[in-house]
Amino acid sequence: MSTEEKYVAAVYLIVFVVLLAYVLIIALKLQRLERELAELVELAQRKAVAVG
Amino acid sequence: MSTWSRNNRLPALATLALTLTAAAIALIFFYAPLDEDGLNQKIFYFHVPIAFTAYGCFAWGGWKALRHLWKGEDGADLESYVAIHLGVIFGVLTLVTGSIWARYRWGHWWVWSEDQLVLFLVLFLFYCAYFMLRFSVPPGPQRANLSAVYALFGVVLIPVSVLAIRLSERFIHPVAFDKGGPNMAGSQFFTFCVSCAAMFSLAATLYNLELVGKRLDMRLRELREALQ
Amino acid sequence: MNYLADVGALARKDLLLELRARDTLPAMLLFVVSALVVFHFVLPAGSSDLAATGLLWVALLFTALLGLSRAFAAEREQGVIDGLVLAPSDRSAIWLGKALSILAFLALAELIALPAFALFFRHIDGTLVGGVALADVGIAAVGTLLAAMAAASRARELLLPLLFLPLAIPIVVGGVGASVADDPARYLGLLGLYDALFAIICWASFEYVVTE
Repeated sequence: MSTEEKYVAAVYLIVFVVLLAYVLIIALKLQRLERELAELVELAQRKAVAVG
Repeated sequence: MSTWSRNNRLPALATLALTLTAAAIALIFFYAPLDEDGLNQKIFYFHVPIAFTAYGCFAWGGWKALRHLWKGEDGADLESYVAIHLGVIFGVLTLVTGSIWARYRWGHWWVWSEDQLVLFLVLFLFYCAYFMLRFSVPPGPQRANLSAVYALFGVVLIPVSVLAIRLSERFIHPVAFDKGGPNMAGSQFFTFCVSCAAMFSLAATLYNLELVGKRLDMRLRELREALQ
Repeated sequence: MNYLADVGALARKDLLLELRARDTLPAMLLFVVSALVVFHFVLPAGSSDLAATGLLWVALLFTALLGLSRAFAAEREQGVIDGLVLAPSDRSAIWLGKALSILAFLALAELIALPAFALFFRHIDGTLVGGVALADVGIAAVGTLLAAMAAASRARELLLPLLFLPLAIPIVVGGVGASVADDPARYLGLLGLYDALFAIICWASFEYVVTE
């Protein structure tokens, strides 16, 4: 691969990597939100039991 | 707008972004002809649309900021913040791809002669200060107002900086570099347009994705407060 | 008429406070002269006059930042900002009054700085002074609003330079260009444009910066 081709490849690679990093961050955030939701569901159920 | 239609928009946008990006890459490598500039052009097909998308994000952020200040629109502050956040990401990408292009074209990792690069450096500094501002003020209406005013300053700064940078070259760089201007053939222009559309739809998808995430976060927090 | 009276009263208050306290202006004067002396040692032999002129603008910019960081200090220390905001006058009058007093401080500082520069480095001419004057207006306008923003944050002194420097770039280009280029008119025009645009949006948006 000539040097020029390497530069072009580098550009596309970086864009791709940044996008994947974004996806990873969103995935981690979703994981955290799921965990929080599970906690809150448990909390709500406990309250329902306590009331009813 | 109901949550249903909002949530349904996201997969449709993502599909559009995916299709356009795939089409753009295919066109760039298999359709667009090489010219005297050589492979240079291939970088350009990504670098310039990314730059345009960054401008678009900052402009959208400014628009949402205006809506917040002027109409007191609910949620406009969050939307402005996400737009600017995305704009900075695309801005960094512009600087990085621009730097690689400069290295390719002139052999240096940074050149002051490229207006676009210098402008993005200034904007990068400006919008980083936006985040500093946002994180040093406790959340609330005042933070929203300050962020909105600053975002609007950014929108005004862009054209003024363009003018300033262009004028500065006259006393900083006596040697004029020639730029690879966009004198494109029809097929190249078409590829370029598809590339732009791909980047815009990509940004729109990421914007909506981030908003969904943040709104969900907010509502879970409200739920938690309601339960405790 | 009332509006202008309010502005005048506010500006006069700041100047009187400074006259009594005498802390900000002497600091600015000392800073700018010290900076110019440091710059003498910074410039290697054979540096052109142009480099020195560029450094003058660095000195002016940072002296302005010094003054601006004190802009709302008195109001903050006395807890007076709420009082000002609740007063029946238009909030933008606060901005205009404060900006005018900052402008006065800058002008006074430059009254010493420019002759010092002429003494240490090179002869200055009308276009340089004109550039400085126009730049002062821009710095005062934008700086006052940003100082108010920084005052509302936790980071204060740290935040003001970060907010100010990117916005100061067009001012610097205009100022240095007016001082060194062959056709200073364009650069003075840039400064005028900057001043007009940013003064208007500062004036219009100040009320949002101080309301809660």
